Amino acid sequence: MKLTFPHMGNVYIAGKAFFEELGQQVIIPPRCSSKTLEMGTKHAPETICLPLKIMIGNFIESIEKGADTILLTGSCGPCRFGYYSILEKNVLNDLGYDIDFVVLDPLREGLKPLRDNVYKLFKAKNFMDVIIAGKIGWQLIKKADYLIQLSNIKRAYAIDSYEVDSIIDDYYRKVEKTFGQKAMMNLMDETMEKLNRVKIKKDYQPIKIGLIGEIYTVIEPFVNLEIERKLGHMGVLVEKSLTPTIWVEHHVKSYPFGSKTERQKYRLAKPYLKTLVGGHGRETVGSALYYKDRGFDGVIQLLPLNCMPEIVAKSILSTVSRDFDFPIMTLILDEMTGEAGYLTRLEAFVDLLRRKKEEVRYG
Amino acid sequence: MAKYYMGIDVGSVSTNIVLMDDNNNIHYKKYLRTQGKPIEVLKKGIGEIEDKFDKLEVLGVGVTGSGRYLANIIVGADIVKNEITAHAVAGLNVIPDVRTIIEIGGQDSKIILIRDKIVTDFAMNTVCAAGTGSFLDRQAIRLGVDISDFGKLALQSKNSVRIAGRCAVFAESDMIHKQQLGHKQSDIAKGLCEALVRNYLNNVGKGKEILPPVLFQGGVAANIGIRQAFKEALGMEVHVPENYDVMGAIGAAILAKEEVKKTGRTNFKGTSLHKMDYQVNGFECNGCSNLCEVIEIKEDGKLLARYGDKCGKWSNIINDRDFKLA
Repeated sequence: MKLTFPHMGNVYIAGKAFFEELGQQVIIPPRCSSKTLEMGTKHAPETICLPLKIMIGNFIESIEKGADTILLTGSCGPCRFGYYSILEKNVLNDLGYDIDFVVLDPLREGLKPLRDNVYKLFKAKNFMDVIIAGKIGWQLIKKADYLIQLSNIKRAYAIDSYEVDSIIDDYYRKVEKTFGQKAMMNLMDETMEKLNRVKIKKDYQPIKIGLIGEIYTVIEPFVNLEIERKLGHMGVLVEKSLTPTIWVEHHVKSYPFGSKTERQKYRLAKPYLKTLVGGHGRETVGSALYYKDRGFDGVIQLLPLNCMPEIVAKSILSTVSRDFDFPIMTLILDEMTGEAGYLTRLEAFVDLLRRKKEEVRYG
Repeated sequence: MAKYYMGIDVGSVSTNIVLMDDNNNIHYKKYLRTQGKPIEVLKKGIGEIEDKFDKLEVLGVGVTGSGRYLANIIVGADIVKNEITAHAVAGLNVIPDVRTIIEIGGQDSKIILIRDKIVTDFAMNTVCAAGTGSFLDRQAIRLGVDISDFGKLALQSKNSVRIAGRCAVFAESDMIHKQQLGHKQSDIAKGLCEALVRNYLNNVGKGKEILPPVLFQGGVAANIGIRQAFKEALGMEVHVPENYDVMGAIGAAILAKEEVKKTGRTNFKGTSLHKMDYQVNGFECNGCSNLCEVIEIKEDGKLLARYGDKCGKWSNIINDRDFKLA
């Protein structure tokens, strides 16, 4: 079995080491590129949301590298992601690829299929093995996410923010040649050390922006056109409302209660949105208020074109913005997104926040 | 000797240059069609300034517009600002208590909300350009009317025709249909103006609180038909500033003034830069599957800038070299 899974930010770094530790052969798709998107757009239905298009591209590139089994999480929530595995299987079959799908659906869809899939995937014979392996994976995910957040902080404060970029680029290049959990942990430690050596500005008060919205567009840098870097170079401190760590904490680690922060977000969203609207719609509304309470200067909502849950959230966010005089900007992403216009909006938004902050300080 | 601040707005359709004195008075403005050749147009514009003013001292330069980064490389600007901020600054200079700015250019349309002289919200057209100047341009060609007469034609109408303005192409189909039904040309022109305004208010202006005073700027503000349609749709006075077509450049000049006051010096390379020879080369990088199109600009054979790559492999080379030179 040669396993592959789609890209989503730095998940692959943890995923790769985790499965290699379990003795599974893993084929990571090449990092998302224009070629990935082009292939995905060609074979996916035209009006489907962007993540599916990228995933199809990822799968084809992985299959070309020899993968024969695809791992995907299911959702069964009222959002199109619930149909992804079925649709993707059909698309790939139509293209003539004979490929196995292992879908990890939530527990409420039945214990047996999940357990069978987990055993098959993890080459485990009992649940203890899975738990041990799970702990390793959890450490890796946490560390990989922490590393990226550290780079975002350093970029905002750095005297030369491009130095951070070159450290991270170097890290990504090395990841591809690193095998197993231990080596990966060492690489991350080295990279963190390098990041901590970056010279930073003293007495600098950066603008703080929270990134909220649809999980895939928030996490995958290729899709959101490296928004973290773009804002970082403008001296903005960026924090993502959703990371693999936050996801695992909420959906796996704290099952079935959900993590503290996410439950707090539900509470915050309640006056505006009481119920699930699919995807992370409710969390998006909650996250906006969460960042407001934490003293952030503004939030940016990211969504793929025609993402249903986020459209619901978007129309609610304008009320939130008015009620609290809290700047919220929405950016819609799809394969047609032009980078120049995107950058203009980001710059203007940062200008707006800066002027607002100065006004508060001096006015 | 005349001392001026220069503002440059390199947009998709036009490149504008203004010269402004210390009291924000405009002494020179030039509106040039970009026509896809921003560098040549910039050189031409600056060359004309050198010919016109014998003795000229440029105190500072600000650049804006979609070509602002390119313009910065060529002229050496003191400040590079996005269009939204530039337009807001220029609008505040005309009407200090302005609360809404409508800006419609060639491919962009924006709404900027200002409260107490601070930009509080803005929106730009996202996935479509149906509510912009290009839309009108195209339909005017279809009608066989010169775009500069379009507004006058629309004003002659007493009875407008409703045209579906959501999409530029479908609007064209609908318009041809109305033409074939025998509607008067002036009625169709008015219908198009109303379609554009409707589209603007429903897309860009959606959910935005439009409060007077309203400023209408950008190239499309020249069109009196659109001005009238906005007035009717909003039910309030719509002001068009005197230099409505170069507001972005004016904003850039004002911002440059503020910046130079802070730094005390300018990066401007001098008006003689139009005599320089600029070569632009593009090549495709084969380093990875992104196949980035890298652009490099040379000034008299010396490498000025390289950009367009995602990973920084090419653009970083320049930075390193600059450090060594400095």
